[in-house]
Amino acid sequence: MKNLMRYLGMRLLLTIPMLLILLTVVFIVMRVIPGDPVSAMLGDHAPVKFVAEKKHELGLDKPIWEQYIDYLAQLSRFDLGRSMILQEAVTAPILEKLPATIELTLTGLLVALGIGIPLGAWAAKNRRSVGDFTARLYGNIVYCIPFFWMGLILQMIFGVAFDWLPIAGRVGSRVMSSDFDQTGFYLVDTLLKADLKAFTDVAIHLILPALTLGITLSGIFLRLTRANMLDSLKSDFVLAARARGLPEGKVVYGHALGNAFVPVLTMLGLQFAVLLSGAILTETTFSWPGMGRLLLERIYLRDYPTVQGIIVIFALFVSVISLLVDIIHALIDPRVKY
Amino acid sequence: MKNTRVSQLPPSPGGLLNRALHAFSTAGKTYGAEWYILLVGLFIVVFMIFMTAFPWLFTSFNPSDQDAGPQLAAPGGIHLMGTDNLGRDIWARMVWGAQTILGVAFAAALISSLIGIPLGLLSGFVGGPLDRVLSLTMDSVYSFPGLILAIAFAAMMGPGVVNITLAVAVIYIPTYYRLVRGQTISIREELYVEAAQVLGAKRWTILGRYIFPNVIATTVVVFSVNIADAIMTEAALSYIGLGLPAGMPDWGMDLSMGKKFLPSGSWWLITFPGMMIMTLALGFTLLGEGLAEILNPKLLER
Repeated sequence: MKNLMRYLGMRLLLTIPMLLILLTVVFIVMRVIPGDPVSAMLGDHAPVKFVAEKKHELGLDKPIWEQYIDYLAQLSRFDLGRSMILQEAVTAPILEKLPATIELTLTGLLVALGIGIPLGAWAAKNRRSVGDFTARLYGNIVYCIPFFWMGLILQMIFGVAFDWLPIAGRVGSRVMSSDFDQTGFYLVDTLLKADLKAFTDVAIHLILPALTLGITLSGIFLRLTRANMLDSLKSDFVLAARARGLPEGKVVYGHALGNAFVPVLTMLGLQFAVLLSGAILTETTFSWPGMGRLLLERIYLRDYPTVQGIIVIFALFVSVISLLVDIIHALIDPRVKY
Repeated sequence: MKNTRVSQLPPSPGGLLNRALHAFSTAGKTYGAEWYILLVGLFIVVFMIFMTAFPWLFTSFNPSDQDAGPQLAAPGGIHLMGTDNLGRDIWARMVWGAQTILGVAFAAALISSLIGIPLGLLSGFVGGPLDRVLSLTMDSVYSFPGLILAIAFAAMMGPGVVNITLAVAVIYIPTYYRLVRGQTISIREELYVEAAQVLGAKRWTILGRYIFPNVIATTVVVFSVNIADAIMTEAALSYIGLGLPAGMPDWGMDLSMGKKFLPSGSWWLITFPGMMIMTLALGFTLLGEGLAEILNPKLLER
């Protein structure tokens, strides 16, 4: 356990260079490319003197490297700064939108795992059968469906043709927004308030976006599970389990799948970036008030600190997930030593 | 002779065709399903490339002609896929839009491979601090959600074919780098490389003549799959409205236009552009997958 903690500490330290590299690139590109917060705010025809004053006030008249060092100094105090456009801290809109994105990402992940893992295990068990071939084809096809198109198709079928499910937003207009002031995770908030009606409303709004994300990503997990299952079905412990006369279902879905799950879990950490990308696209299709829309909005406004802040948060998010995966890995597989 | 079975075929009229057919059918037996996966992928890719090269063979309508037909006409008749809200023929927009998406995706994949492969070779071969710095940089970009980076770049640089190509290219450099670096490191330890070293081959000769040719085979597979990813990224960027100058026929842009007419039930506006994106990406994925299994017999055991 002590070794694990030391390893996790090292890993956390390693996210610092990653953050630095991403931030440096974004910092430089944003400032080299035409357009800045002041002209985005005041328009092109503002008086020159006024523009210069505003720039001085925001520190934009300093050389880039000076701004960069200032920013890093600020960041090292765990301060993301204030928006250059709106009167708010950078963290304010992020804290408001991040739960929406996380809620969507996690439910989407559950759907993806729920489809991908059983189907992949089943395909591996029936290797080279028609069913296996069909499952693999399904995996390839869903992988090639763009997230936003999957969203539009589901909207078309379940939202427009059958009119069963809502196609936009996180809640219906009849639910009070004061219901959601505790965590920002609407599912959790409504449960905490024990408001079943609001909870159902939130859940219904979540179905299509989560399915969009989940079905599209299920192909990746199907493929991963299938490949690892094939390895694990060939191993000695499966032979041993069969020799002991265990029922086939228990051998395949208990012993073999249990062992195949570990590499799938490791890959999950790597696939999380894809999951987040997909979440952003799903957000745009379902008018989901999350991080993706925030990022686009603030890039257009050239709100440097907020854009940088969003990048930092995404990088931290990815790092934390891969850390979590490592911890779970160490907990479920006693052979893993750090 | 390596391929004895084919060369020992009895001579017959139209021998070449026969031989080709025979090779085809034996390939199917040797490689099984993978061979047909490869063929389907190849067919889709070749068809799309042909359509890109000779669009006028496939449609007589101009993709930006707003008088091609009535507005929002359902598929059927002379408008195979119907018309959009401006009265433009959708099939014509699909045919001409192939140029845009295929061009951007191909150029982007080419750029990232031309940067990623040499860097990976160098990093894996030279090692040391250079390798550590490069690896750290590439891993940082790799573990970050690619699309978010592409969105950030595309939005900052503004619309334009070159800008969107670069935005897509940047996020795939690490893919090539990581693959090539890993392979270079393992090939560097091979016996034949050691032999070349003992015989006094220069470092650059070893890199160019012994390592590079062995690395390049797998990059072909990754290139094909990568184009599929680039296709979807391009479509995503232009769907969000970041990609291309207005007026250029583009599938992603057509999708976001069609989205507005979804509630009114004009299903053809979103069905066909999406289907085209999916089919094109699928073609390259299947081609890559088929190639992977055939080029690497070890994978066949799976």
